[in-house]
Amino acid sequence: METVFDRPHALSDVVTNFCPGCTHGIITRLVAEVLDELGMEGKAVGVAPVGCSVMAYNFYECDMQEAAHGRAPAVATGIKRVHPENLVFTYQGDGDLAAIGTAETVHAAARSENITIIFVNNAIYGMTGGQMAPTSLVGQVTQTTPYGRKVEDQGYPIRMSEMLSTLEGSAYIERVAVDSVPNIRKAKAAIKKAFQCQLDKKGFSLVEVLSTCPTNWGKSPEEALDWLRENMMPQYPLGVYCDKLSKEGE
Amino acid sequence: MARVTFRADRCKGCGLCTTVCPKKIVIMDTETINEKGFHPATVIEMEKCIGCAMCATICPDCVIKVER
Ligand SMILES: Cc1ncc(C[n+]2csc(CCOP(=O)(O)OP(=O)(O)O)c2C)c(N)n1
Ligand code: SF4
Ligand code: SF4
Ligand code: SF4
Ligand SMILES: [Mg+2]
Repeated sequence: METVFDRPHALSDVVTNFCPGCTHGIITRLVAEVLDELGMEGKAVGVAPVGCSVMAYNFYECDMQEAAHGRAPAVATGIKRVHPENLVFTYQGDGDLAAIGTAETVHAAARSENITIIFVNNAIYGMTGGQMAPTSLVGQVTQTTPYGRKVEDQGYPIRMSEMLSTLEGSAYIERVAVDSVPNIRKAKAAIKKAFQCQLDKKGFSLVEVLSTCPTNWGKSPEEALDWLRENMMPQYPLGVYCDKLSKEGE
Repeated sequence: MARVTFRADRCKGCGLCTTVCPKKIVIMDTETINEKGFHPATVIEMEKCIGCAMCATICPDCVIKVER
C-alpha cells in the first residue's frame, strides 16, 4: 500500500496549543506541506507572531524567529535582506497583522519586500479571549462588543487583501478559506503560488486565509465552519486580488 | 483497498473528520476516552474506505494517516 496522506515532514511532531477544531491547525499544516513540496528543507525561515499561533516556532522543522506583536513583517524584512537566498515567511493573525501591525504590513508591501505573509483572519482576537478585531463583522458579538459591533462606535471591518492590492509593491495577493476540503486544497495552491512568487523574486506576497475560532465565537467546530461561510465570505470574498506572476507573462 | 490509521492519543475530539467522509464510516468513539480526555475519532467498516483522504485533509491535528 502507498501512503496517500501523512503528517508533512516540515511539521514538527508536536501537539499544538490550538483548541479542538480550530482551523489554525489546518493552515499550519498546509504551510508545512508546501515547504515539503518545494523542497525547502534547510532553506526556509519563518517568523511567528503574537496570538494563538505564537507557538508556531515550535511547529516547524525550519528555523523560526519570534517577533513582537505585529512586527513580523519588519523582522522578516531584516531576515530576507540579510539572507536573500532563503525563503522567508510570516504567519500572523488578524489582530497581529491588521491592528497593532498595520503599519509594518502596509510598508512591507509598499517596499515590495520579497517575503510571504500567511494572514489568518478569524475576525477576532483569539488568544486574549475574544475581543473585537478590526476585521470583526458589523453586528458581531465579541467580549468588547457585547451588543454587536456598531459602525457608529467601532467603524467598518478592514479588507486587508483589497487594500494591499492597490499598492504597486504587492506582487501576489489571494484570499482563500479552509471551511471545506475543496477550499483547503485551493488554500494550499495559493500558499504554493505565493512562495513561488518569492522564489521568483517578484516581491511582496500575501495569502489571507479565512479561519475559525470556535472557542471565542461560541460555536462547535462544525457550526463555526457554517458561520464562516455564511457571514465572513460575503464580507471577505475569496479570490485573487493581485497577480504580477501571470500578468507579466512567462 | 484502502486503510486509515488514527493516532487516537493526538485526537482532540472535534468531529470535523466525521462530517466530510463520503462513506460515513468515521465516527466518534464514545466508548473510549484518550489521555487528553476526549472521545477520539475512529473508523468503522474499514472495507468501505476509498482512501480519498478527505478526513485527513480537514483534521486540524494530523491525527489521520491514509494508505491506498
Ligand atoms: C504589545 C502587545 N499588545 C497587546 C498584546 C495582547 N495580545 C496578545 S495576542 C493579541 C491579539 C491576537 O489576535 P490575532 O492576531 O487575531 O490572533 P488569533 O489569536 O486570533 O489567532 C493581543 C492584543 C500583546 N501580547 N502585546
Ligand atoms: S482561541 Fe480561537 S483561534 Fe485560538 S486556538 Fe482557540 S479556537 Fe483557535
Ligand atoms: S479516506 Fe475517505 S473514505 Fe476513508 S475514512 Fe477517510 S474520508 Fe472516509
Ligand atoms: S478531525 Fe482530527 S482531531 Fe478532529 S475528531 Fe477527527 S481525528 Fe480527531
Ligand atoms: Mg484573530
